[in-house]
Amino acid sequence: MVSRSEHARLVGLVFVGGALGTALRAGLENAFAPPTGWPWATFGINLVGSFVLGLLLERLVRGGPDEGRRRAVRLGCGTGILGGFTTYSTFVLEVERLATDGESAVAVAYPLVSVVLGLALAVAGMALAGRRPGPPASTTTDSTTDPTTRPTANGSADERTVA
Amino acid sequence: MIALLVALAGGLGAVARFEVDTLVARHNRWTMPAGTLVINVTSCVLLGMVTGWVAGHPGLGDLKDVLGVGFLGGYSTFSTASVEGARLLRAGRVRAAVLHAGGMLVASVAAAWLGVAITS
Repeated sequence: MVSRSEHARLVGLVFVGGALGTALRAGLENAFAPPTGWPWATFGINLVGSFVLGLLLERLVRGGPDEGRRRAVRLGCGTGILGGFTTYSTFVLEVERLATDGESAVAVAYPLVSVVLGLALAVAGMALAGRRPGPPASTTTDSTTDPTTRPTANGSADERTVA
Repeated sequence: MIALLVALAGGLGAVARFEVDTLVARHNRWTMPAGTLVINVTSCVLLGMVTGWVAGHPGLGDLKDVLGVGFLGGYSTFSTASVEGARLLRAGRVRAAVLHAGGMLVASVAAAWLGVAITS
């Protein structure tokens, strides 16, 4: 059960993390985004974010139940910083722009390569988290194999208890 | 100043994502997560609308940055989509993972196109 004040604290963590992640993304886009062609800045941001989020969430799941400090880290760093750092809307509008500009090959390759590499890097991050020594995860072994019984990667399924 | 507003808007977008995901997860009866799908598709229709609107109103670049780079950038997420798909892959649900990732991409591109068409 999450109390109203606890919920407010968690929302605050998501807000601060989201602001930091967004500021970092905006800074990188300003410095490195090419005006035309392959959108390298967004590409790099989304792939790095996918790897780190996979590593972080898997590490947290293996560390124990989603409460206290682990939940704060998940929401502040995962939902907040990494969720705010990566972007799907900018990514898709870049595809739209490439198609409109007549860069058909890049307009097809960019989204496919992004999504496939994003999945591969998230899997790699999770696998790396599983290789690092940590507390035994025997009590959570069953749930780690079934995505539907775990908190959503956005971090809120366990917040169902709020209502 | 604009950079600060972009960051604050991104924080608000992240909070909106957290709340929408909670809401969708509460009502979701699928066997695959739907919150990020709803979030990313809505972010794309909205960013499409902002993009189309700003294209016809030069001089609103700062507003576009706050709404597009800030709020909608913070609201939408690529990393969570990747991790959700990766969890399906690791659970051996390859078809579900392909459907999740491919469906999100196709629906989001269509949503962005629709958004641009509405306002331009």
